[in-house]
Amino acid sequence: MGRIQLNQVQKKFGDVEVIPPLDLEINDGEFVVFVGPSGCGKSTLLRLIAGLEDTTAGHIEIDGDDATMLPPAKRGLAMVFQSYALYPHMSVRKNIAFPMRMAKIPQEEQDRRISSAAKALNLTDYLDRRPGQLSGGQRQRVAIGRAIVREPAAFLFDEPLSNLDAALRVGMRMEISELHKKLATTMVYVTHDQVEAMTMADKIVVLHAGVIEQVGSPLELYRNPRNLFVAGFIGSPKMNFVEGPEAAKHDAQTIGIRPEHIDVSTTEGTWQGTVGVAEHLGSDTFIHIHGIPGCDPMTVRASGEMSVVHGDTVYLTPRADQIHRFDAQGLRIG
Amino acid sequence: MATQQSRSAARLMMAPAVILLLGWMLVPLIMTLWFSFRKYLPLRGGDQGWVGLENYARFISSSSFWPAVQTTLIIVGGVLIITVAFGIVLALLLDQPMWGQGVVRILVIAPFFVMPTVSALVWKNMFMDPVNGILAHLWKFFGAEPVQWLSQESLQSIVMIVSWQWLPFATLILLTAVQSLDSEQLEAAEMDGAPFLKRFWFIILPHLSRAITIVILIQTIFLLSIFAEIFVTTGGAFGTRTLTYLIFQRVLESQNVGLGSAGGVYAIILANIVALFLMRIVGKNLDT
Repeated sequence: MGRIQLNQVQKKFGDVEVIPPLDLEINDGEFVVFVGPSGCGKSTLLRLIAGLEDTTAGHIEIDGDDATMLPPAKRGLAMVFQSYALYPHMSVRKNIAFPMRMAKIPQEEQDRRISSAAKALNLTDYLDRRPGQLSGGQRQRVAIGRAIVREPAAFLFDEPLSNLDAALRVGMRMEISELHKKLATTMVYVTHDQVEAMTMADKIVVLHAGVIEQVGSPLELYRNPRNLFVAGFIGSPKMNFVEGPEAAKHDAQTIGIRPEHIDVSTTEGTWQGTVGVAEHLGSDTFIHIHGIPGCDPMTVRASGEMSVVHGDTVYLTPRADQIHRFDAQGLRIG
Repeated sequence: MATQQSRSAARLMMAPAVILLLGWMLVPLIMTLWFSFRKYLPLRGGDQGWVGLENYARFISSSSFWPAVQTTLIIVGGVLIITVAFGIVLALLLDQPMWGQGVVRILVIAPFFVMPTVSALVWKNMFMDPVNGILAHLWKFFGAEPVQWLSQESLQSIVMIVSWQWLPFATLILLTAVQSLDSEQLEAAEMDGAPFLKRFWFIILPHLSRAITIVILIQTIFLLSIFAEIFVTTGGAFGTRTLTYLIFQRVLESQNVGLGSAGGVYAIILANIVALFLMRIVGKNLDT
C-alpha cells in the first residue's frame, strides 16, 4: 500500500516561502510525476515526503497515518537520488543489501531478494563490483535495486535520469515504466523534462514557484491546459502564443496553438510569414516562421517531406478546433 | 615539445636544483655514516681513527637503547591514536553549521602555529606546574592532591603536549575529507534506516579512511623526531628519553660524535621499519 496525502503542507527556508500551503493526493499504485522548471520546489516537495526536510506547517499522511513527524527510515519509502548516492566502498551486493542489513532481515531472505532484484535489473554479473567500476546506467540500476529490496510503500525518484546520456535515458525510462507495471507500487518521480513526464506518468503535477498549476493525466494536460504556464510547459515544441488583434478575433487576451495543429502551405492560408530556421528531423520538420502578427517566431510542425528553406514565404492555417483561449489572467477560457 | 634539444635544455636547467637537493640530502647522510665508523671525541682528542662497528655495538648494547626505542614508539603511537580519534570528532563537530564557525575554526587551528618549544614551555609552566599550574588549581578546587605531571606522569604529559600540537593538523585534514562527503550518500543511508552511529561506521569512516592514512603517515614522520618538547620539559629524565633524544645526549652531552652517528643510523632503520609496517597496515587505502 502506498497512499500519500499532503494537507496544507508548507515549507519555508528562513523567511523564504518555497512551497506555499498545498494539498495533494497520491493514490496507491499511481505513477505521479512532479514536473516544473528548475527552482520550482519539486525536489523540495519530494524531500518533504521523504522526510529529509521538515515541514513548516501542514500534515503528510502515508496510508492514512500521520507521518509528518516520522524520521525518513520509518516512513517505509525508498528514494533514488540524482547522484545515485551509492556507497563507493561497498560492492554492488553490499550496496543493495545495506537497507536490509539495517533492518536486520535474515541472511537467506536478503540473498533471495538480492538475487531476484539483480535478475530483474540485469545486475547479476556485476554484484561483486564496486560502483566506481560501473557505467552510469548500471549505477542507476543499482540505486533502483537498493530501493526495490526494501519493498517500500512507495518509491521516490529525484531526477534519476538527468546524469545519463540521451540514448540511455530513453532506455531507462522504459525500464522504470516497466518496473512500475510489474511492481504496481506507488512511484513519485521528479523531473524537469516534460517528455519524461508525458511518457511515464499516470498523473502529472505541474509545479511553478512552489504552486501546483495543474494536476492531471498527460493527455488531459496536453488537451486542456488550465493556464498559460501549463500550456507552454507541456508539449514539445512549445505551444505558440498569439496576442493582440489576432487573439481578439477569438475573444481572448492570448490564444495558443500547438505547432502540430497548424497547417502549412506554400500557396494560401490565414497568416503569411517567412521561414527563419527549418529543423529537419527526417520524420518531421520544425519550421520557425517570422512575420506572423502577435507571435514571433511561430513554430510549426510539418511533415518530413515539406522542403522549405530560409527566406521562403509560407501560409499558415490554425485548426479552428485546436485553438486554446486564455484571458488576461492567463487562465483558460471555455 | 619533447625534441632532443628541449630535453637536454631541460636537463641543464634542472641540474642546479637537483644537484643542490642531492647535496643537501647526501652530504649529511654520508657524513653520519662516515663518523659512525670512527672514534670521534671532539673534546677528548678529536678524530682518533677507524673503529669499524664498535660504535654500533656500543650503542645497541647500551642499557638505554631499548627503553628509548620503546619510549619513541609509545609517544608516536599514543599521539597518533589521540589525534586521529579526537580529530575525527572535532572534524564532525566543526562541519556542523553553527554561529561563529569561522572564528572557531581558526581557534582550533591555532595550536599548530605555536612553536614546539613555546608550547612545551607554556604547558610546563602554566598548565602542568604542580604549584601554580591551572591543572594544579583545578585538582585543588576538587580537593585532590595536584599531580606532579612532568615527573610522575612524564610520558603521558609529553604525549598530551604533542597531541595538543598535532590535533589541529589531523582535524584540518579530516575536516576537508568530511566536507567532501556527498550529502546524498548520508541521506540515502538515513532513508535506508541507518541511525547516526551506523552512518558513521558504514559511510563516514570508510570515506575518511584515505585522509586518516595521510594523517598517520605524515604525523609519524614528524613524531619520530620530536625533540624540543622533551628538551624543555623533562630533559629526557623520568623515562621520556626517545631515540632522538638519546642521540642528542650521546653527541652533545657525552661529546661522542661517532657513537651518536651510529645511533642516527639506527634511527633511520627504525623509521624505515615503522614506515614499512604503516604502509602494510594503512597504505593499501591509498591504492583505491
